[in-house]
Amino acid sequence: MARLQRPLRRSTILRSLAIVVAVGVLLALVSVGVSAYNDLQLATGAYYFAVLAGLTVLAGQGGQISLGQGAFMAVGAYTTALLIGNEGWALVPALVAAVVVTAVVGIPVGAAASRLRGPYLAGATLAFAVGLPALADKFPALLGGENGLTINPPVPPAALGATFPLERWEAWIAAAGALVVLFALYNLTGSGVGRTLRAVRDDEIAASLCGLNVGRLQALAFVVSAACAGLAGALLAVVLQLAQPGAFPLQLSLSLLTGVVLGGLGSLIGAAWGAALLTLLPNWTNDLAHSFSLSTKVSANLPLAIYGIVLIVAMIVWPSGLQGGLRVLAERLRAPRRPGTQGRTPSSAA
Amino acid sequence: MTKFLDLTLSGISIGAVYAAVALALVLIWRATRIVNFAQGAMLMITTFIASAVISSTGSYWLGFAVALAAGLVFGAAVERIVVRPVENAPPLNAVILTLGLYTLLVAVAGMIWGNTPRSFPAAFSLRGYEIGGTRLLFTPNDTFTVLVVVGVAVILALLFRLTSLGLQMRAAAFAPEVARMLGVRVGSMLTIGWALAAVVGALAGVLVAPSVFLGPNSFDPILISGFVAAILGGLDSPPGAVIGGLVLGIALSYVSGYAGSALAPLAALAILVLVLMARPGGLFASARERRV
Repeated sequence: MARLQRPLRRSTILRSLAIVVAVGVLLALVSVGVSAYNDLQLATGAYYFAVLAGLTVLAGQGGQISLGQGAFMAVGAYTTALLIGNEGWALVPALVAAVVVTAVVGIPVGAAASRLRGPYLAGATLAFAVGLPALADKFPALLGGENGLTINPPVPPAALGATFPLERWEAWIAAAGALVVLFALYNLTGSGVGRTLRAVRDDEIAASLCGLNVGRLQALAFVVSAACAGLAGALLAVVLQLAQPGAFPLQLSLSLLTGVVLGGLGSLIGAAWGAALLTLLPNWTNDLAHSFSLSTKVSANLPLAIYGIVLIVAMIVWPSGLQGGLRVLAERLRAPRRPGTQGRTPSSAA
Repeated sequence: MTKFLDLTLSGISIGAVYAAVALALVLIWRATRIVNFAQGAMLMITTFIASAVISSTGSYWLGFAVALAAGLVFGAAVERIVVRPVENAPPLNAVILTLGLYTLLVAVAGMIWGNTPRSFPAAFSLRGYEIGGTRLLFTPNDTFTVLVVVGVAVILALLFRLTSLGLQMRAAAFAPEVARMLGVRVGSMLTIGWALAAVVGALAGVLVAPSVFLGPNSFDPILISGFVAAILGGLDSPPGAVIGGLVLGIALSYVSGYAGSALAPLAALAILVLVLMARPGGLFASARERRV
């Protein structure tokens, strides 16, 4: 055991590979054991994780805010739909191309973003999230206008058997994409780049005095988060077989930011919590709302009200998100009643 | 030529509303360093209250006054109850909190008044002025809107520059610790800032409701434009908010009129990017030193 542990502790790549394999096996087992509906939820959670993981690196480690991740998802989704639907590309090259295209779109946005701070960055990315989907209306011949583009569902390979359900195959595709993101970001945040990003977040001036190129690092974080969002959008297009402006409203971008803060900013586990919350919370609040016999006016709006209350209460009692809250809890259990340990973990927003 | 005049005037009219929303956001930003994403929902609630008062009493001006009073109470209550706990938390938490408040208020409005938009009366005629035989799109009600917003901006400027309350509010926002040592009740100043902002927001809601109709989500686009306008002008500058609102209103009016309304969001993005690349702190940002 000790012989196995040492290389795992030393090498980030080996450790991340071990985590990816373990999570992959777990997800595959889960996907086989659950219903088709749950498989679709798994796929949804997987692409949410991809975009939230990118956002948590940007916001939690880089200290930048983006209300425009939904627009990057739209870029990825439309790229995939165009390549698969119109050009007849295979799935994997189309997904790779979606990531590349979104990253390229992210370069000018990231360069612009690196000049902006706080609410100004929020405002600019918000305008980006609102403005970009309008392009679909402007080029209806290419992008399909309001109705968007549809693609054929992915076909499970014959080796898996003739009765392999489509939903499970979609869950596998999305989970594979999420695992690629997990592997890449685990290594990125563990590397020197991740350290310099955190240095920039904590003190820009000190970081630049140490010779770090602050603007370029912030732009890099933006491009990375854009690429992750592009992959998430591409997976969404594959799972829903659709790329449509209505799938990427401002609310999507806002709920992504919400998910990443609720889950716990700055950590990949937090992103996983956030993805789970974004996938499951709407269902739970819906079920809860319809378990009482209320007038339609009230029951139609109750899920939204519960969601709003959850956000407000969570931010007041759990300011560092689910993962931060769990960390505080674990620390308390480990070292009970040590003076000064109670309270918040240092939060990493900026 | 008439079209150009029409577009300019309607741009000024909607720009005045953007300016009012931007002014509300700027007031809150100056007081508590929070961008209030719930502003649109707060002014939606006060406008619904006005609508209820108008339809039960038949008096527009009573509804108008009640909306402003409701805004005052509502803004103060929101600051005291919901915002106070996150004022020293990381900025993203405050953003999520106001988003949560927005969601909650929209849901509550839907529960009480339903999700179908309803009409809202205007203070003055909605028939355009007639000049030399051609009827303009600009109406007496638009004149009223512009005058009210300009009046509010002037009153706020006077409040901040000439009164003791204004001086205390500026001190509380600029240097809370020092202000507290000098006897300023910083907490109360923040509450007053939110209350004033909510009044200005309520005003914007009542003014714009006749043209966008009144529903839980009716004011979302207004809030987005108001936010863009505030960013354009610089979040620290009330005159910037007014000018940002007017510039954005007129520019978007031209774009919608001449190139189609589908392009308006893209035009807003383009304007914002151009301005922010030249001045990352908005048009009216004061030069700012960086503290090491």
